[in-house]
Amino acid sequence: MKVALTVNGEAREATIWPGESLLVMLRDRLGLPGSKNACEQGECGSCAVLLDGELVCSCLVLAAQAEGRAVVTVEGLAANGELHPVQRAFVEAGAVQCGFCTPGLVVAAADLLDSNATPTDDEIREALAGNLCRCTGYAKIIDAVKAAGTAAAGSP
Amino acid sequence: MDVLTPRTLDEALRYRAEYPNALPIQGGTDVMVDLNFDRARPETVINLNAVRELRSWRRDNGAVWLGAALTYTEAMESELAALVPALAEASRTVGSRPIRNRGTLGGNLGTASPAGDALPPLLIEEAEVALASVDGERTLPLSEFLLGPKKNALATDELILGVRLTPSAQPQTFMKVGPRNAMVIAICSVALVADRERDELRAAFGSAGPVASLVTAPLGERDAFATAVASAASPIDDVRGTAAYRRHALDVLVNRAIDRCLV
Repeated sequence: MKVALTVNGEAREATIWPGESLLVMLRDRLGLPGSKNACEQGECGSCAVLLDGELVCSCLVLAAQAEGRAVVTVEGLAANGELHPVQRAFVEAGAVQCGFCTPGLVVAAADLLDSNATPTDDEIREALAGNLCRCTGYAKIIDAVKAAGTAAAGSP
Repeated sequence: MDVLTPRTLDEALRYRAEYPNALPIQGGTDVMVDLNFDRARPETVINLNAVRELRSWRRDNGAVWLGAALTYTEAMESELAALVPALAEASRTVGSRPIRNRGTLGGNLGTASPAGDALPPLLIEEAEVALASVDGERTLPLSEFLLGPKKNALATDELILGVRLTPSAQPQTFMKVGPRNAMVIAICSVALVADRERDELRAAFGSAGPVASLVTAPLGERDAFATAVASAASPIDDVRGTAAYRRHALDVLVNRAIDRCLV
């Protein structure tokens, strides 16, 4: 079957197997491998994208459910060649080790800062509770989210 | 495999009648796991995302109607949380934010897991489940809808419309035991309301028997209530915990919940 949707602001169409997830469609049909495929059961958060502006695990959305809707992936966060503030903060804080969990964390953090520019540590931990990093702890990640929020809140 | 996407409830019910083996999908947080891991290969999937009649919630003549497509995120929003506070607390313990954005009340009822987090809070408020088919609607108490682990009273031609309850407006809470505060399937859980108006304690446990179940007692029996709830449960040993631990934890949780609700 065919699915037509908007991905990162662009109208796209894909031919899919009806039982596949939005994640598979993004990675294997639309050439957007930024969203990572790890657990396929919503446990790890590495496939996080925005569906009509709402944070979701793309592995738990049936690709056909995205028909006519707008998806933003990690590839769509940077604008005009400039990193998204969250991406820049992750680089500057050293919040990236192997990098596999990073796209999901960046999308989830961007979603958090969108509604709450200056979250507390507890708010960050709750918002990112569904994103697993297995390389290291979460301290640098939390530092990065705070820095990105403060930078965004301070900018005009 | 085919995906049907009805635009109205009528259309959805017609599909349901025509394809009795079809698998309905709403938020996908349970169904997609089965599809991703090849545990389910339905010939037909009915995608309910476009059916507006199932969405949201409303006040209804002193009662509250919760559509089957109500998400946990929506159940946590302040206006509804004020009416059904234990449900809002339970919703906050479900998965993570992206799971709560997609997972729905109807899905929790459809999956009918003994660990379904929405079930104990709905049981203590004596919720009724509304079901529909092309032949009409029927309503049954949630306690009669839940038949066993992953078994419910939904017929193959029916869809879950939603849940109706009359808020007790009495102090209530929800508690859940698990290894983390997030991303946890309950080892056991409890919802409790201290209903002064009816002189009644109502508690419902999850993950401590084949179905989430309700236990009641007069307020005067508060000292014995935790033991009564723990004895009413029939927990099993499984990967998440032992039966003995679950029974002990229920006793502790019910006492804490009483302390929280009866100040």
